[in-house]
Amino acid sequence: MTDNPTLFTLDQAAIGWSGHTVLQDISLRIREGEKVALLGKSGAGKSTLLRHLYRQHSGELAFCPQQPGLVPGLSVFHNIYMGQLARHHVLYNALNLFFPFKQPLSEVTALAEQVGLADKLVAKAESLSGGQQQRVALARSLYQQQPVFLGDEPVSAVDETQAETLLQLIISNHRTVVIALHNTQHALRYCERIIGLAGGRIVLDAPSSKLTPESLSEFYQASHNQVEAKDTDPSLLMHQASGC
Amino acid sequence: MLSSARKVSGYFLILALICAVFADLAIISADPWSELRRIASGFLQPVFFSWSELLQSVAYTLAFAVIGVGVSAFLGLLLARMFHWRAVRVLCAAVRSVHELFWALFFLQIFGVQTLTGLLAIIIPFTGIFTKVYAEILEESDHKPLHTLPEQSWQSASAYLYARLAVAWPQLAMYTRYRLECGIRSSAILGFVGLPTLGFHLESFYKQGDYAEAAGVLYLFFLIIATMKYWSHRWLLGAMFIAAVMFLPFDFSVHCDSLQRFLFQDIWPAPLRNADSLLELSVWGETLAWAQWLVQTQALEGIINTLLLTMIALVGTGLVTLLLYPLVSPLFFKKPVRWPSHGFLVVLRSLPELMLAFIIVIMIGPSMLPAIIALSLHNGAIIAHLLGQSTRTLRLREDAPRGMNLYLYEVTPRLYRPFLAFLFYRWEVILRESAILGILGIHTLGFYVDSAFEELRFDRALFLIFICALLNILVDSCSRFIRKRLSLTGLPEVN
Repeated sequence: MTDNPTLFTLDQAAIGWSGHTVLQDISLRIREGEKVALLGKSGAGKSTLLRHLYRQHSGELAFCPQQPGLVPGLSVFHNIYMGQLARHHVLYNALNLFFPFKQPLSEVTALAEQVGLADKLVAKAESLSGGQQQRVALARSLYQQQPVFLGDEPVSAVDETQAETLLQLIISNHRTVVIALHNTQHALRYCERIIGLAGGRIVLDAPSSKLTPESLSEFYQASHNQVEAKDTDPSLLMHQASGC
Repeated sequence: MLSSARKVSGYFLILALICAVFADLAIISADPWSELRRIASGFLQPVFFSWSELLQSVAYTLAFAVIGVGVSAFLGLLLARMFHWRAVRVLCAAVRSVHELFWALFFLQIFGVQTLTGLLAIIIPFTGIFTKVYAEILEESDHKPLHTLPEQSWQSASAYLYARLAVAWPQLAMYTRYRLECGIRSSAILGFVGLPTLGFHLESFYKQGDYAEAAGVLYLFFLIIATMKYWSHRWLLGAMFIAAVMFLPFDFSVHCDSLQRFLFQDIWPAPLRNADSLLELSVWGETLAWAQWLVQTQALEGIINTLLLTMIALVGTGLVTLLLYPLVSPLFFKKPVRWPSHGFLVVLRSLPELMLAFIIVIMIGPSMLPAIIALSLHNGAIIAHLLGQSTRTLRLREDAPRGMNLYLYEVTPRLYRPFLAFLFYRWEVILRESAILGILGIHTLGFYVDSAFEELRFDRALFLIFICALLNILVDSCSRFIRKRLSLTGLPEVN
């Protein structure tokens, strides 16, 4: 895998928005074929990092934002179909808005079945529960059928077993995955590499095989302290957290 | 929800197409393009025929508008407190439903070309509108300040002043300023029925084919509207009000007998007026026959044409809106496109439908086509402006589509229900304008009202105006029913 071409490179980057730096001194290299989990407390900068990665390659990778961003008045079918808008002529899209075509209908139906929304295809997005909306958003990004998937807590609002099915779906449908998660067990099980963010820095970057649930919970503990006492040496924390 | 909104739109679209089959959409003029060329060249080389006359008519236009809007805002503020009384609500709906020009035609008979005619033509309908909207604004404003006062004082005038008016003041002031713009438009078109405002010169120049002079008048009108935000400050408006009162010639020497004659004789149906005794049954039978004859020969055709025009123009407005709103939305275009588009919409918005229709009638003749184009463009520009502005509140997701796909799948579906809300709000306005456009020779109700006034048959005119008002109230309640049924609001849908 180390021979695979690099997809994302960050070298001591400072990342932020509207003049406000959220992440600093970020050095990172993600190669094709990697399955990476981003861990960190809320506010640690996971979304900012993902957005930054997305902007580097927008249009060539599937993105699943934290907020579903569904169009309330459109059906589940249309919301999922939006994943492939860019692949069709605008006239095709316009017609499909009023008279759904057979091919996308069968593709989207299959996808909706996989995420457990087969019976909701004609329902309006606004009538769905939070978990269902998140699954629609996920299906929309799966429908983009890109080799690379970036996801910002794409399964945070669904229950445990469903989350596992969906993560499996993401992993098996994309060659490269970078995904923010809050469940450490999921991160360990589905990703080969784990990156931990705290206090605006990367404080952990290690293969999953070298981590255990215990060491990760230590990481969370440490990153908590990090937020409270910012002048602690991050490398020390990284050492503690990685547990090796 | 959207599916029912979509269904309703589908029904209206089909209805409009059916209406278009029956409507008179002919291009009557032999060579509309050469007329268009002459009008356009007028715009390129405007002539300001006489500054003293022009400035005088600007002064009249502003004076009527400032006093008219000022007085009706004051009355509206008083009446808004009584809006919970059914009688006030009905009265407001009634005076609102009659167009300013109909009121003007009406008062012209009583007072002639007088200051009072122009003022009342604005004050009466505007008071109805102000009362309703002020009452709504007050209702929607924060009630907490009132509830901090002791309960027995809630009804007092002081509580109203301090805890209600003061709270809602910014919204009330904003709305009043917007209405002043409408007042200037109304005041300008009063010239079409003979008052000395800008519309008077506009109409006569266009009728004579003096397009360069007409363009000069129009440019002056645009200048007033475009510079409004620079001169519509509180103190300046107060000063203008006083100046206007001193400027306008007030002549109260109305002949009492002519007023009496008009109110107690002229406007009553001929059979009633000429009867010796109202107790005879035959008099009432004749009156009924009179009404029936009027309905069959004029009102019915007027109603049908008014409704045909309204339905087509409503859907036309919708189409124009959907076409134009992206032009002023930062989600679709950058400033080099947005700014000229803004300018274009401002021109369409500030040009009253009547003026726009009048110019198009000169080009293609008095069929329904000019009216449809004018109503659709004017109202479409108004709603497109509102929708375009409201897209600023939309936050798109990181991987949102672009261009036409953004328009079709993300933005328009989110704006569709607010779009329908605005459209159905305008329905009543479109109907009122459809009726009035009859004075340009299109056979809507206004045509028959105008002819009745010309023939000095005031009883017929009043009867027809009454039908207009009923139609207006009918459409208003239809629109309210649909808005409620689809629970339409003016806010875009975010998720």
